[in-house]
Amino acid sequence: MLLIYCPYCEEERSELEFRHGGDAHIARPTNMADITDEEFQEFFFLRDNPKGLIFERWRHIHGCGRFFNAARDTVSDKFYMSYKAGQPKPDVPGVTSAAATNENTGGNAK
Amino acid sequence: MADQALRKAPLAGRHGGSAGARVTPAAPATRLSLRAGTDAIGTLSLAFGLELPQRPKTSASISGRHALWLGPDEWLLIDENGADLAGIAAGISALHSATDVSHRNTAILVSGPDAAAAIAAACPLDLGKTIFPVGAAARTVLGKIEIVLLRTGEEDYRVECWRSFSPYAFGMLVDGAEDAGL
Ligand SMILES: [Zn+2]
Repeated sequence: MLLIYCPYCEEERSELEFRHGGDAHIARPTNMADITDEEFQEFFFLRDNPKGLIFERWRHIHGCGRFFNAARDTVSDKFYMSYKAGQPKPDVPGVTSAAATNENTGGNAK
Repeated sequence: MADQALRKAPLAGRHGGSAGARVTPAAPATRLSLRAGTDAIGTLSLAFGLELPQRPKTSASISGRHALWLGPDEWLLIDENGADLAGIAAGISALHSATDVSHRNTAILVSGPDAAAAIAAACPLDLGKTIFPVGAAARTVLGKIEIVLLRTGEEDYRVECWRSFSPYAFGMLVDGAEDAGL
């Protein structure tokens, strides 16, 4: 059983109490009516699906009910850290994100 | 004259458990699902007559009335004496949301030296004495359903669940109690 740290309950709780909420830090366009279909597609549907470090929304749905964000490894399932909703994307010490590598090599991942 | 609808207790007449863990339906109680911001906590505490807890997994109790911390702005209030909690809430002007859930929930009492083991048969929460002491409370899961667990004594727990799930919860706890006694 995976244990996930909830930043609101301030302790690790069983994965059975949590629900996954997709990628974190997806900025919703402020000019939604003006953007092109391609831009909407990019915002709404397209995700990087990285191998390795990912930042995700999680909800402690059967606990405190709160949404929060977590950094997880998509290969090992290891949770590096959790942080409250609204906080900026943190650095994960000693871990390089696949997205950062893509940026360095000219990939289009954000 | 129309027949009057009768309120049925969902677990009436049930009993079970083992020598180490008794499982019994709790008496009817009034309940309130309460939501409020930090600035309203003082006023609400005064009106309900107990300090609304602000730390995770804690509760406050006074003469049969309990306030359980469920989330940063969410509490479950239970009054075992059937006080009109919704009526109290109606007289409070501080911004809050109060929903009467007296009959949405029912409760099951699990008591005895094997009580924690009986619950742990289907609940992933750590029920150890230091991490879940007397007075600790949490929303969590029991098997496939959501529950709110309150530790009322060294060997006593109150399991709150939705009434339509209560036969499942009761069966699960009885199984756990029997297994814990083996
Ligand atoms: Zn939580």
